[in-house]
Amino acid sequence: MIALVDGPVDEAALLAAIEHPSCGCTVVFRGMTRNVFAGRRVVRLEYEAWRPVALRELRELVVEAEARWPGVRVAAAHRLGVVPVGEASVVIAVAAPHRAEGYDASRFAIDALKARVSIWKKEIYEDGSAWKANAPAGDE
Amino acid sequence: MITVTVLLFGPLREKHGRGVDTATVPEGTTVGALYERLFAGTPEAALPVAFAVDEARVPAATALRDGAEVAFLPPVGGG
Repeated sequence: MIALVDGPVDEAALLAAIEHPSCGCTVVFRGMTRNVFAGRRVVRLEYEAWRPVALRELRELVVEAEARWPGVRVAAAHRLGVVPVGEASVVIAVAAPHRAEGYDASRFAIDALKARVSIWKKEIYEDGSAWKANAPAGDE
Repeated sequence: MITVTVLLFGPLREKHGRGVDTATVPEGTTVGALYERLFAGTPEAALPVAFAVDEARVPAATALRDGAEVAFLPPVGGG
């Protein structure tokens, strides 16, 4: 299951899509809006996407993860529009036969999402705003 | 002259004032040249923008054809 949503992410639906009797663990990655960036107070984030392409890119990374770690099941949803501080902008749910593949596939999926999915983020501060590009994986 | 649809995202959409537009340019105009025409003299001209035509990534030197959908893609920020 993959989704771009305009309100809060339905985590229960993501979990229902991946949980399976063959999987001994579930890893949920939740990317939240932080209240501060480089000393500036963040009020909210605003996301936009090239929807048809972003959906295709999300689907591709899920297929890639499931091929690389056999038996792993991945679901991912990204929220668009305004995301207030403390709420999730992205949720990736992974079910895996064992925890090692679960953690690895989860890490791969969020890194790939941040590197290549056609989504853009604007940070709104108390005193201004800025479009924020992601740093290469490992630099954050 | 040819006419193309232009899709703009993030900082480019904001600068341009809209996310979808059309542009009429001479035949043989490249994707990169259209970008320069739209953003010359602005801070956005220096962004490492990627280009797509009809939803497929292309190099800046790709010549536009009539009716194409061109997308200008600033560095992504999802997650």
